[in-house]
Amino acid sequence: MNPTKQNAWTLLVLFVLLAGTVGVAYVDLGRWNTVIAMLISVMKAALIVLVFMKLRHSGRLVALAFFAGLFWLAILISLTLGDFFSRS
Amino acid sequence: MSEPTVPLAHQFEEPAQQQEAATLGMWIFLATEVLLFGGLFLAYIVYRDQAPQAFAAASGKTMLVAGTINTAVLLVSSYFVANAVHLTTLGRRKVVVVLLLAAVLLAAVFLVIKGFEYHHKIEEGLFPGMNFHFPGGQARGAQMFFVLYFTMTGLHALHVAVGAAILAVCAGKVLLSPDPARLATMVDVSGLYWHFVDIVWVFLFPLFYLISHRS
Repeated sequence: MNPTKQNAWTLLVLFVLLAGTVGVAYVDLGRWNTVIAMLISVMKAALIVLVFMKLRHSGRLVALAFFAGLFWLAILISLTLGDFFSRS
Repeated sequence: MSEPTVPLAHQFEEPAQQQEAATLGMWIFLATEVLLFGGLFLAYIVYRDQAPQAFAAASGKTMLVAGTINTAVLLVSSYFVANAVHLTTLGRRKVVVVLLLAAVLLAAVFLVIKGFEYHHKIEEGLFPGMNFHFPGGQARGAQMFFVLYFTMTGLHALHVAVGAAILAVCAGKVLLSPDPARLATMVDVSGLYWHFVDIVWVFLFPLFYLISHRS
């Protein structure tokens, strides 16, 4: 499949996910609303990163830079929340 | 295709190495951007945990239709840019210029809709500060929601404006270049930045517009 076709399919899936995330907001699922919304956002972001940003065709060094960003973000969030949520 | 015609800076051995260095540089910059926005997302998590009801109530004041349209606008602009990046390597000048300018136009649409939303919020007295007022006894938490709303969407809007300016420069350079394929790396790296801006919005949208269930 040529890249422009792949991009078109990706856009289509992104729109389906957008419709899904807005649709789910109309159903009261309690805490699960946020969980599902975030899961859909992660799926959208993954599509953009892999197809539009071509991470799947990039070298290991670029993949390392990408995962380093996520890794430091995970440290930032987990250590801070570990503090906030364990205060009494 | 026209790789041999790409001018090679003296520190690189071959065009592929030069191309990867540029791409890697942009990804490292984007990692720092992830942490810039990450700190704000973290603040959001902490404050929302302290006032979940107020956040839900405040979220009900955002404009779902405007937010949804803006998400679609950015997704389409990313699609245009992804195609422009591919077609630049093939030297397709006209199509690339049109796609890049279309993306710039969509960025402008995004900012106009955002400005309209901001105006509406300020009119409603939802801008944090002396004139903030929020009925229902949850003003404190709701004000925090709007502090985060204006800070995060404002910083994002700034990124949209910068990204649009970069894409406009790309369009101009492609238009004037005798050999557009030479500019493949520049358009590629600019595109990476634009897609990142899109991804940030993909997370901002549900966190601000979709918290409370709407019915």
